[in-house]
Amino acid sequence: MPTLVQAPAPIVTTPPPQALPGRQPTVLRRQRLLLPSLAILLIGAILVGAGVGAVEVPVPAVVGILLHKLGVSTGLAYEPQQEAVLWAIRLPRVCLGVLVGAALGLAGASMQGLFRNPLADAGLIGISSGASLAAVATIVLEVKLLAIFSGLAAVREALGFYLLPTVAFAGACGTTFLVYRISREGGRTVIATMLLVGLAINALAGACTGLLTYVATDEQLRSITFWGLGSLGGASWPTVLRLLPFLVLPLLWLPRLGKPLNLLALGESQATHLGLPVGRLKRQLIGLSTLAVGASVAVVGAIGFLGLIVPHLIRLVAGPDNRRVLAGSALGGAIVLVLADTLARTIVAPAELPIGILTALLGAPAFLWILLREQKQRRS
Amino acid sequence: MFDVENLTYQTGRKTLLQQVSFRARPGELLAVVGANGAGKSTLLRLLSGDIVPTSGLVRFDGQPLSEQPAATLARRRAVLTQQHTLSLAFPVAELVMMGRYPHFQGQPTALDHWIVEAALSTVGLSALAGRSYPTLSGGEQQRAQLARVLAQVWEAREGFLLLDEPLTGLDLHHQHHTLDIARDLVLRGFGVIAVLHDLNLAAQYADRILLLAEGQPVAYGPPDQVLTCENIHRGFQIDVQLLPHPHLSCPLIVPCPRRAV
Repeated sequence: MPTLVQAPAPIVTTPPPQALPGRQPTVLRRQRLLLPSLAILLIGAILVGAGVGAVEVPVPAVVGILLHKLGVSTGLAYEPQQEAVLWAIRLPRVCLGVLVGAALGLAGASMQGLFRNPLADAGLIGISSGASLAAVATIVLEVKLLAIFSGLAAVREALGFYLLPTVAFAGACGTTFLVYRISREGGRTVIATMLLVGLAINALAGACTGLLTYVATDEQLRSITFWGLGSLGGASWPTVLRLLPFLVLPLLWLPRLGKPLNLLALGESQATHLGLPVGRLKRQLIGLSTLAVGASVAVVGAIGFLGLIVPHLIRLVAGPDNRRVLAGSALGGAIVLVLADTLARTIVAPAELPIGILTALLGAPAFLWILLREQKQRRS
Repeated sequence: MFDVENLTYQTGRKTLLQQVSFRARPGELLAVVGANGAGKSTLLRLLSGDIVPTSGLVRFDGQPLSEQPAATLARRRAVLTQQHTLSLAFPVAELVMMGRYPHFQGQPTALDHWIVEAALSTVGLSALAGRSYPTLSGGEQQRAQLARVLAQVWEAREGFLLLDEPLTGLDLHHQHHTLDIARDLVLRGFGVIAVLHDLNLAAQYADRILLLAEGQPVAYGPPDQVLTCENIHRGFQIDVQLLPHPHLSCPLIVPCPRRAV
């Protein structure tokens, strides 16, 4: 800094910071109330989902039965038949809905954060398409493969009913790993490349799935269609308990990544300058999302749109802060899936609609309505 | 303190930076100047650890940069990059709070909130604290990012600020205001390394200047030694005249392009 020769014009000085204590940054009321309201809504959705169906179980009865199971007697009246239906059929199904919905919502929010793109979802990195390809290949080629490799019969025998979920999960992990590997350049995962690699691998997996569908028999086609559209129909306590270990880690860990995801929104190098281990964060996001979505898809089939739309809805209400978006997407996903499933099994009772149809059928117009409303608000 | 020894960086066959050495001390503003493509940003990216030198070494406080954990580094040195990609509608205050993320676990403390306020007030954006970032003008966005960077190292001792063209998109007042902020930090014991385009601003505000041309150092030292007609011609292929500054002891650089003569 050169020294003054003559009196200069006054140099601008830093205004003194305002006195302590600091004013808290403004958090809107609707942002603060988001998570509590979603929690209440989820409880409501669970009570409705558990109560509605061929055997009606009114909310007081649901509460009575649940408390009774916990060893609290309430005197709320219910029939033994209601208790049996609730415990053996409805509750495991609602639990499955909550778990899968939360997993899909969380994974969607995580991927949108990772790709810094609101159009991203878990399908983008090949999770769903890989699971579908593996499942369809199993449905179509099972008999032929068993005829060629007699050794597989033992594996088939051991897995029994769980063959399809196991294969689907393996397919999800395999495809995602492939996308991840190809996108690495000089020890770094390039996110923009990953998007393109994901597109290509998805197209490839889709083509292979199409080819298999083409050669499938009518009976196989029915299983493929059913699988592709998703359903919670197979729910039972053992299903829930088998899925749970896969989801514990993602459901507890992903919501804690809000702060790192906020930094990632600044850009990768900016996040690194702020001390964020970006490579590790990417691996965590990809690994946990694959675990959550892969396991979910393996059990209930591919349920589309939910992972894309739920984080959007949360963001519209609560702003872009990922700490709220992640937790909100988990709760929101659970609510939407439980309600959609309730609708799916009552709307054409005693038959059932595949839930994937419903999530898209109701989700898309709701999404459009919200977008248009926002647009109108911005204009006024 | 940044110690830079024989820094060379190549990509493919191109050498972007060759044999650059200097030392940036706390309590000093170092301006890096040079024509487009002279390697200024490459140098800053090497200093911030974005890229790894082909040969040579960057030391921060005596230790090689590559051996220091990013999280520790983040509390001592902040980087203002040229481009900002944030498109999400974060409120300005939350953007600045992100500069504090390396300092707290879970919820920000009262000190963090206070520093965010102070940083916003320093760049003159207090009134826009609640505004959503994408709705700001280009210059305001630039100042909001500066506030984030200031908040990051606010209470650091002998902290360092790496600024890549911090004046881009700023009006005359805010150009000077930004450099005044940098000077204030230098007085508080900070080291500042800034890529600047305006040689007069560099002459007025910098303690030392590093002039680069085609990846090589042309001159390094106090402004009056670096900013000679000859050096400037080597760096920018343009003839200049040096006039005495009416108020300051530094030269005033007046370009004399051929057509005007």
